[in-house]
Amino acid sequence: MSTVAHTTTSATPTGSKSKVLYGYIAEFETPGAVMAAAERVKAEGYERWDVCTPFPVHGMDKAMGVKRTILPVVIFGGGMTGTIAATLLQIFTNSTGLHIPIPIPITGYPFLISGKPLMSIPAFIPVMFELTVLFAALTAVFGMFIMNGLPRLSHPLFGSDRFRRVTNDRFFVVIEARDARFLPGKTEAFLKSLNPLSVEAVEE
Amino acid sequence: MTSFPANQPANGPIGGVDNTIDVPGKRAQLVLNMEKFGQITTTVCRVNEAKHPPLAWYVAFAMSLGLLGLLGFCVLFLFFTGVGVWGLNNPVMWAFDITNFVFWVGIGHAGTLISAILFLFRQKWRTAINRFAEAMTIFAVICAGLFPGIHVGRVWFAYWLFPIPNQMEMWPQFRSPLLWDVFAVSTYFTVSLLFWYTGMVPDLATLRDRAKGKLQQLGYGLFALGWRGSNRHWHRYERAYLILAALSTPLVLSVHSVVSFDFATSQLPGWHTTIFPPYFVAGAIFSGFAMVVTLAVPAREMFGLKDIITLRHLDNMNKIILVTGCMVGYAYSMEFFIAWYSGAMYEKFAFINRAFGQYWWAYWIMVSCNVITPQLFWFKALRTSIPIMFVLSLVVNIGMWFERYVIIVTSLANDFLPSSWHNYIPTWVDIGTMVGAFGLFFTLFLLFCRFLPMIAMAEIKAVMPAADPHAGHDHGHGGHADGANAKGAH
Repeated sequence: MSTVAHTTTSATPTGSKSKVLYGYIAEFETPGAVMAAAERVKAEGYERWDVCTPFPVHGMDKAMGVKRTILPVVIFGGGMTGTIAATLLQIFTNSTGLHIPIPIPITGYPFLISGKPLMSIPAFIPVMFELTVLFAALTAVFGMFIMNGLPRLSHPLFGSDRFRRVTNDRFFVVIEARDARFLPGKTEAFLKSLNPLSVEAVEE
Repeated sequence: MTSFPANQPANGPIGGVDNTIDVPGKRAQLVLNMEKFGQITTTVCRVNEAKHPPLAWYVAFAMSLGLLGLLGFCVLFLFFTGVGVWGLNNPVMWAFDITNFVFWVGIGHAGTLISAILFLFRQKWRTAINRFAEAMTIFAVICAGLFPGIHVGRVWFAYWLFPIPNQMEMWPQFRSPLLWDVFAVSTYFTVSLLFWYTGMVPDLATLRDRAKGKLQQLGYGLFALGWRGSNRHWHRYERAYLILAALSTPLVLSVHSVVSFDFATSQLPGWHTTIFPPYFVAGAIFSGFAMVVTLAVPAREMFGLKDIITLRHLDNMNKIILVTGCMVGYAYSMEFFIAWYSGAMYEKFAFINRAFGQYWWAYWIMVSCNVITPQLFWFKALRTSIPIMFVLSLVVNIGMWFERYVIIVTSLANDFLPSSWHNYIPTWVDIGTMVGAFGLFFTLFLLFCRFLPMIAMAEIKAVMPAADPHAGHDHGHGGHADGANAKGAH
């Protein structure tokens, strides 16, 4: 039922460039199949490889041995920066007459209002909270994309027509040519042994 | 003219499966008549890929644009003439402007509740409705942000709201709830936008990979950020998404609490109450869910999404409307109890005046729309009836607008000193701006439906039975497809 299509000579619009192998992709139909394949690739000892799926497959991190990201720690740092920024902003602008000459000259303005002390921390809490959330959320989103190496306009995998279905209904195992264990014939044969729908060579 | 298949009856069980029935020990089906991932993709992308949207879309869009024009006219008229064009007077210095502001901010809250709080509670049914509910949040907050901006009187000084260094060496007053509001609403808008966009990136990649035209490839390609579904990316993505949900949950509660502080921290009878923060949050979720139903019912009809936004989803939302409606009803009665129990003369008068004074009609519209009619949702037959839920959602929207009107105007019009009492009567500019804001909201929403993925495809696929990596082996379902679903994938 699975047709192993090996298309190393896929039509490229500009065939003038010398082709460098990026790696092999193996196509699977179900999350279960790609998970079993991922376990095998990991057991084989490959390091520069990946699984690409239309949605996060539950348990795949374990099957691939993906290390837990430090992103939450970074986000915590971002949130704390927000708290400190909000505290300093409010105390400086409303509680002190401090003059800061750089980068632009600014001076605080000690507001005496509604009988509250100059440094009325309880009244400053809402803004502290909001800026904590704001900074943490910005860190979460930008941190995540940057750590993922995104945004990027192009990627070798986008050269494969078959790979377009990765955002639809197909699951792929990708083994890169950079991997120390990568051998064109052997890796291809290994991927074919995982019982995929197809195996394809992808060029840089 | 593109027509979307309408193979299901408008009402009752869809495709023979009634997923509103609860079978003990079994999870209800979230997606009907579809077993393969490709079917989800084609069903959702069809909305964006159709050459022309359905006729109903054009009609709705034309009407929305007309209202948007009205808004533009009223706002420009205000700018060129001054706030005197509104019906404000000396005691009633806030009326339609702030009513609209609180109304629209409240609408937004349901989107965040669905996307963040239901996510933390692992309510998988949220996946069908979270994308457009989040879009609704963003557009509602845009409408909300308009009103404080234009009500300041001299709009060219609106930047005074922010702590920007200036030649006067003046700063905003951080002990004022009005300034907390600036920070709360702008943070809310930014975080909602980030949450919405982050969730959309994988789906934008789907549209990019299916796009045929150069323009679509470029547009969706740029915004998809080069997403390729790598599991190493998904790992960080899921972490970030979870943390965003955890951040948005207290944020959404804080936003309407801060909005309520605008009133609660003042000395005015009828405003100066401690129940305001939870009462406002419950009311916000109540009105927001009503708006989600108002939008979901025609949208699933218009774009053929009935198998994804199923009757069960609507049923669940109606249950939330019922619960929050009861909370709001409790708050109304508790306000009266405290007014009596406090022994404060002014407080007591404020509430008797609310129910039986010159604005009695507004008060009783509020009570009948928000407390009495939602009680119909105790009956499952009514909860699952499309026409009834649509009408009821409109009724709740009206009631919640009146709630804010009642709180703001009746308290201001009759405060401590009878000599300073004054009635408020809206002018045509007040009404035009209020109606026009709906034009802005629906214009943005219709554009969203047409050009962006309305349903979180990647999330829906992940909650399907076939997504379980162990399902295919044991039972054979969701297993080897015959490839028929792959049509149109290339």
